[in-house]
Amino acid sequence: MTDMTSEVARRGPRSGARASRTPAGGALRSGGAPRSWKTRPLRRLTPWLFLAGPLLLLITFTYVPVGNMIFYSFTDWDGVSPDRRMVGLDNYEQIFTRPELFRVFFVSFYYLAASFVQIAIALYFATVLSFDLRFRNLFKGLLFFPYLINGVAIGFVFLYFFQDGGTLDSVVSWFGAGGDHAWLGSAESANTSLAGVSVWRFTGLNFVLFLGAVQSIPAELYEAAQLDGATRRQQFRHIIAPGIRPVLSLSVILAVSGSLAVFEIPWIMTGGATGTQTFVIQTIKLAFQFNKTGLASAAAVILLLIILLITWIQRRLVPDERTDLV
Amino acid sequence: MGKKSLSGVLITAAILAVAGCSGGAAPTGETANAPADPGKVSGEIKVLTHRTDLVQNGTMDEYAAEFNRVYPKVKVKFEGITDYEGEVKIRMNTDQYGDVLMIPNAIAKDDYPKFFASLGSETQLAAKYRFIDKSAVAGKVYGVATVGNANGFVYNKAVWKNAGITDWPTTPARFLDDLKAIKAKTDAVPYYTNFKDAWPLTSPWTGILGSVSCDAQASNKLVSADPWVKGSDLSVADTLLYDIVHGKLSEKDPSTTNWEASKGMIARGDIATMLLGSWAVTQMQDAAEKAGTDPDDIGFMPFPAQVDGKYCSVVSADYLQAVSIHSGHKEAARAWVDWFTDKSGFAQNEGSVPTLKSSALPPTLKPYTDAGVKLIEVSQSRTGQVNAIDKAAEIGLNTPDYRQKLIDMARGAQKGELDDYLTDLGKRWNEAARTAGS
Repeated sequence: MTDMTSEVARRGPRSGARASRTPAGGALRSGGAPRSWKTRPLRRLTPWLFLAGPLLLLITFTYVPVGNMIFYSFTDWDGVSPDRRMVGLDNYEQIFTRPELFRVFFVSFYYLAASFVQIAIALYFATVLSFDLRFRNLFKGLLFFPYLINGVAIGFVFLYFFQDGGTLDSVVSWFGAGGDHAWLGSAESANTSLAGVSVWRFTGLNFVLFLGAVQSIPAELYEAAQLDGATRRQQFRHIIAPGIRPVLSLSVILAVSGSLAVFEIPWIMTGGATGTQTFVIQTIKLAFQFNKTGLASAAAVILLLIILLITWIQRRLVPDERTDLV
Repeated sequence: MGKKSLSGVLITAAILAVAGCSGGAAPTGETANAPADPGKVSGEIKVLTHRTDLVQNGTMDEYAAEFNRVYPKVKVKFEGITDYEGEVKIRMNTDQYGDVLMIPNAIAKDDYPKFFASLGSETQLAAKYRFIDKSAVAGKVYGVATVGNANGFVYNKAVWKNAGITDWPTTPARFLDDLKAIKAKTDAVPYYTNFKDAWPLTSPWTGILGSVSCDAQASNKLVSADPWVKGSDLSVADTLLYDIVHGKLSEKDPSTTNWEASKGMIARGDIATMLLGSWAVTQMQDAAEKAGTDPDDIGFMPFPAQVDGKYCSVVSADYLQAVSIHSGHKEAARAWVDWFTDKSGFAQNEGSVPTLKSSALPPTLKPYTDAGVKLIEVSQSRTGQVNAIDKAAEIGLNTPDYRQKLIDMARGAQKGELDDYLTDLGKRWNEAARTAGS
């Protein structure tokens, strides 16, 4: 305010007698440049009006449910009954005193291993397809396509794929191997198969992220490297890899948190049978099969905390520094 | 400023969330009385049902039209819900769950008075209807079964005959021998578990309770006794299931079974046997007609166990119909429940056991009555406690998990011995019984 009035005051003599006669406020309103929320409340409100819709949705569907979940985790609610009792930290105590509830995290290692395979494949294709190549865009489309398919549909498709005498069996038998394997039949085989489905599905996403990052590297760098006689391998090692480091570390965070929270593929394909139960499936079963909504909420809160913790550690280990290639 | 107002919004949201949780106390103790004069009762009622097929093909509307001849001023609307259990359970957190509905299994029995209007006293209704004790809380009844079902094995007579078997097996050991004969002499899968679809591992197998021992108190006894003690109903049933799978008498890859496809497979004779309820017989016969095979080949046999030279089969209630406590037209809703149970002929049409005691048994159970199978109705007066123990123990008598694990062990996909497993289940049950259900 003070700056504005002083500006008017400074302008005063030059802009003539009319301005000096009108009160300061009036001069401001007609002045154009100087504004405040007191004089133009709507303008101040404008960004909030734009934000209102998304914020309302965000609060209703993210923060309120999370608040509810945290509240439920301190109760013994069964999910239906109108009565619930506050039990304090009982649910959390139960989770930490029952080691079998954490055993399901071992299943996550299958998905974690798979996600590194997935990152490697995506990185390979992103690098290859960022150079001039015939049918480049076709391959890009092919690689990204699986990510566009609904997860439920993928579950069903692969159920037939792994079926006894199904697609995979017939393909394997073309190569002379005994095409008769119960892919989802034992715990190791089932988890590996399911992790394979997850690789198939999410490689496209990683690929697109990497491709975007690779293509944002200035072309002159490649030219210069080529003039210096650098091989493709050397170009990758010294230009591409450091250039996409932030995206790479983001992918690793997503991979770790994703493999801790695997849900839809095993849920649809096996329902958690044959040792494919993940932590989220276990939580859902606690909540909806055994009506222990309170305990399940506590489990969900703990999963959230674990993921936050892992992300925090990872950000500590790999600080998000700016990449500077030139 | 921006940051402050955002956190302000978040705090407000959190407060709202917590405030929203507290909720108000629900009314209890309401009664839905039958209207004295059918011509006078009026109003529009909504009926929630799991039979989406009957809503879609207009059968339910036909029932409603019949109903309107007696109660002209009542308008009945149906809402068929595919995932009935999951959806209605969540909807019951509000007070908008229709006027008449099937009681979801997830609702604890002791909570019935908080959700449903009472239909009358237990002694009064028990004289007229079967399965009344399933919904009786403190002497008052809150739901009437739509139909009941007998349990047993649906089997393909032609396949069993081809294997040289004409008589029903009388013990689990003989049943296994018969399955072995089927495996040796025919191309059919002797037994189909439906492992992937999972529910055929729950209600049909747990429904054995009472069939083996011929004891109407079998379910209630679970409150005080380990269900898997040697020789008990559940241990006999689960051992049989284990032995079937262990002896490779079931399908080769259980992890990719398909319920819809299994109907056609049993009709064509690719599958010999499945444990289900009497309701399944009509469905399999339909499948046989579609597949162009003889519907009469679909047979129904009781669980292979006899007491004093006689088979027993449990008849148990399907979903129970109840009147919502929040209904604005309780008299009209009650009129529908009464009419549908007593007069609609629904049970006969579906091949199920009618709830009304005076009605005749359906033709699907003719083989049972011919062979003198004793039909018993297992008392469910203590189901509330049994469920409380089951949930506390996280075993899930009515969920597939524990039998899926049993099958996995039987076929070597997971480590473990049957005896240890059943002992462990019993131990967990007993521990839970001490804390819950008291």
